[in-house]
Amino acid sequence: MSFILDRNDDVLLVNVEGQLVVTNRQEFKQAILDAVEQGARTVVIDFARSGYIDSSGLGALVSLSKRVRDAGGDVRLAGLNDDLRALFELTRLDQLFPLYATRADALAAR
Amino acid sequence: MARQWTVASDLMLIEPVVESIVALCVTAGFSARHCSLNVPVAVTEAMANAMLQGNRNEPSRTVQVRVALDAERLCVDVTDEGVGFDLSSLQQSPNETDWFEREDGRGVFLMRTLMDRVESAGPDAESGHCIRLILHRT
Repeated sequence: MSFILDRNDDVLLVNVEGQLVVTNRQEFKQAILDAVEQGARTVVIDFARSGYIDSSGLGALVSLSKRVRDAGGDVRLAGLNDDLRALFELTRLDQLFPLYATRADALAAR
Repeated sequence: MARQWTVASDLMLIEPVVESIVALCVTAGFSARHCSLNVPVAVTEAMANAMLQGNRNEPSRTVQVRVALDAERLCVDVTDEGVGFDLSSLQQSPNETDWFEREDGRGVFLMRTLMDRVESAGPDAESGHCIRLILHRT
């Protein structure tokens, strides 16, 4: 798994490639928290090129959401395929995160 | 058809085993969702729990993964060297008040949700503690 962070003012776009799982969740979370520390407030995470997410990955997203909200921002998820969307529905985390079809939709909702 | 892997408690060793099991399921004709979501997530959870909880993340301790696949179902046994735990005591669910705040504690819920059955066996002095995941083809 790799992820690319692209920050523009207070907007952070994160492209996730591959699985978000127990082996990489800390690195993923810390990179985003570092950007929030530097001023990012709208965090858009694009899963269009991602595989599956396990409970550790979901936990990292939940933790991130709280930290970003505490900083006055929000986390938006984009590009989830049907399986990933089902995962968020099964865990009811679709109630915590706004889910957008594309990153453009997530950015436009600003 | 049966396959078996024995790996050290190293989280980086999970993915190759998961990929092999998914490949077996694809060949056996399991659904696309089973192969892209149910199986990889549930097996990842079971192996990570075995390494981090059962084996206390000690690399010298191994995790054994045994797969039995037939016309009706997939059965995955994940065995660690730990003392085991009471699976029935772990009933975390989205109904809990801190579900949307806490970072951990969704693994067993996910396994139960994505598999048809999740069973715990052991601990056994010889074989260790085992979690069994069962998924029917249809």
